[in-house]
Amino acid sequence: MDMAVQKAFTEEASAIPAPSKKVKVVARDVNVFYSEKQALKDVSVDIPEHAVMAFIGPSGCGKSTFLRCINRMNDTIPTCRVTGTIEIDGADIYDPKLDVVQLRARVGMVFQKPNPFPKSVYENVAYGPRIHGLARSKAELDDIVASSLKRAGLFDEVKDRLLDSGTGLSGGQQQRLCIARAIAVEPEIILMDEPCSALDPIATAKIEELMEELAETYTIVIVTHSMQQAARVSQRTAFFHLGELVEEGPTEAIFNAPKDKRTQDYITGRFG
Amino acid sequence: MDLTSGAAQARVRRRYRAEARFRAYGLVALAVAGVFLVALIADIVRKGLPAFTQHALVLDVAVPADLVDQQVRTDPVAIRGADYFPVMRDALKAAIPNIESRSAEKTLTRLLSAGAANRLASMIVADPTLIGRTVKVPLLLSANADLYFKGTGVGTPITERSGRGIATPSGTSGEITILVSSNDFAENLVAIKRGLGERASLLTAEANRLQRFGSASLADRIKELHEEAAALRARVEQPKVEEALDSNVPSLLVAINGGLVKITKLGDMGITGEVLLPLGSRADAQPGDWKIVTYETAESNRKATDQEVAFLERFKTLGAVEASFNTLFFVGGDSREPELAGIRGALTGSALTLLVTLVLCLPIGVLAAIYLEEFAPRNRLTDLIEVNINNLAAVPSIVFGLLGLAMFLNFFGLPRSAPLVGGLVLGLLVLPTIIIAARAALKAVPPSIKEAALGVGASHQQAVLHHILPLAVPGIMTGAIIGMAHALGETAPLLMIGMVAFIVDVPKTLTEAATVLPVQIYLWSDLPEPAFQYKTAAAIMVLLMFLFAMNGIAIWLRKKFERRW
Repeated sequence: MDMAVQKAFTEEASAIPAPSKKVKVVARDVNVFYSEKQALKDVSVDIPEHAVMAFIGPSGCGKSTFLRCINRMNDTIPTCRVTGTIEIDGADIYDPKLDVVQLRARVGMVFQKPNPFPKSVYENVAYGPRIHGLARSKAELDDIVASSLKRAGLFDEVKDRLLDSGTGLSGGQQQRLCIARAIAVEPEIILMDEPCSALDPIATAKIEELMEELAETYTIVIVTHSMQQAARVSQRTAFFHLGELVEEGPTEAIFNAPKDKRTQDYITGRFG
Repeated sequence: MDLTSGAAQARVRRRYRAEARFRAYGLVALAVAGVFLVALIADIVRKGLPAFTQHALVLDVAVPADLVDQQVRTDPVAIRGADYFPVMRDALKAAIPNIESRSAEKTLTRLLSAGAANRLASMIVADPTLIGRTVKVPLLLSANADLYFKGTGVGTPITERSGRGIATPSGTSGEITILVSSNDFAENLVAIKRGLGERASLLTAEANRLQRFGSASLADRIKELHEEAAALRARVEQPKVEEALDSNVPSLLVAINGGLVKITKLGDMGITGEVLLPLGSRADAQPGDWKIVTYETAESNRKATDQEVAFLERFKTLGAVEASFNTLFFVGGDSREPELAGIRGALTGSALTLLVTLVLCLPIGVLAAIYLEEFAPRNRLTDLIEVNINNLAAVPSIVFGLLGLAMFLNFFGLPRSAPLVGGLVLGLLVLPTIIIAARAALKAVPPSIKEAALGVGASHQQAVLHHILPLAVPGIMTGAIIGMAHALGETAPLLMIGMVAFIVDVPKTLTEAATVLPVQIYLWSDLPEPAFQYKTAAAIMVLLMFLFAMNGIAIWLRKKFERRW
């Protein structure tokens, strides 16, 4: 996409009524390269605070890559290079002076496949607060674990087996455990990378319900393959295609009146 | 595509045949390998098992009151240092009385091990009041006497038949004649003459064989052979003449009046012989009261002489021979006497060496693996290091021995033959194995675990130390144990640094001279005494036990902690 089109697109995007809420994350001209291959091209997007924003798009479109830029998870891939700026609350997260570990404590993440540590349920949730020194005593830590599990809607199901292995839970429970683990460190943003793709519809419904509740406290960004899910849970949606951010706007607008033909083709199921 | 056509069906049949053939090849290969393995282990076990028991003579030993000076009666050093030879000799002579010949007495005392009195000395150290009393104590037999009772080719099959006539001995010891009233020995005489005839034919055949070469240098030898054959034939043809028995034919003996006489000259109606076990009296023995005993293996073809066999069989009938588990093999150090030699020294040496190896290798290996796997930048230097580590695992072990010799002994001046140096050398050998195994184990931990840790804000180091390393520990342990098993069986590099010496004392420190189990096996396998061959096999069994146990633990660890993500 050449600069003129990009510019026109941005102007077009800003013509949409601005979200009423405060903007949490501001990304401008983000490019990501794996070795020589460009995975993201000039992505610019605003992510509103205390809301759910969904990234949709076909496989390999770069939506996960962009998500992983927000907590600099891409740093772990040696060949990955990121240009452009991403700011959280106005502070550039790619600033060399910024501590990436602290950033990740502020920006929690839930992955595609439930990945609890092969430790007890309690240890899974307590690990984050412990390494960040959030609890001064065992009792305080117990409180954090209990409240995190409660907020993840898991406490009643696991309260009798807090010391059993986290990997022994069902898939949906494991994923909620991962969410509890993420919120235990009191992040500001929670990134969810296709959190329901490995779950059955009932577990998916529970997670979606949970997301709505969590959005009151946290800023949530979710990558999903399911357009229904995006329509159900998100307030804003961004459509990615071949490394470009094609269209972004309020979810209803994207699904009911897409401006770009590619978006329309995708949401009507013509490709992807 | 027509699947019913002849060509298609032929193709299917051909495919099935090819699969069956492939299966058969695999099974044959497995069977061959299995047969060899079973044969190897069976052979080792067959040879090694006799070494795990030991025979002793349980005799009443009169401990003389003046064994040690009155003042030092309770001093262990004095008690152990006392002269037990006369004590044991007297005990033996009491068990088989009336032996007059010096050589027979010598043979008798040599049946006992050089360390036969050790047990007695220990008993006296524990209870000094035994001095002056008669004690029933097991006296360790010499290696050959021990092997005799294990039936390992040292002795001979023995047959007996009763005498038919009245036998009259001329004396009770020394060289005697026994006259017999019937032709008891006729068949032996015939057998011997037949044997002589066969030997004569063999000699003639040999002479004829040499004749064909026609060499002048062989002429003398051919003449000799012909003369020998002629002499043998002459003996065969002469009837009614006493035939002398030599050590090339089965030994014939007469058991009479509680004694045993070895026949040296055999006649129709009587014999001349040498008394091996003294007779009780010169009285006539009635038919059935005396026996003709045959030691079927010719004396020259066996280790135990007739005299030794006679003594040992006598002790057996006296019920003095006792077999017991060979604890000495496990608690004793090396010795020149096979019956006293044990593997304790070698085992301790192995343990100390492996301890050094483990303490050295495990931390360095694991840390190196963590660095290379998790932290090292991917560049040409890292690649070079990686390739070299993989190559080092394939370097012949003797090269590490030479390196150890040059570095640790010559440059750093560490002591020779010491477990410390052995451990360092084996450490070099095992380090690549451990690094490779540890890297594989770290790599096997799914990246999702690391992502999860990073996702909650753990630093890279925290993610590795808190999550990845604990999950990799079973794999690392498996690799480490297999590396240690490799080190335990390693011989060549240790030869280079002098751990091949004959060391009697069990090592106590890392810098004392020591040897290790495989080197001990190597040393023993080189010794000529048959008893050491059995010890070699037994030591191999012990080594294999340790290796099986270590590999078993490794497999168990792997199975127990195997996870699926």
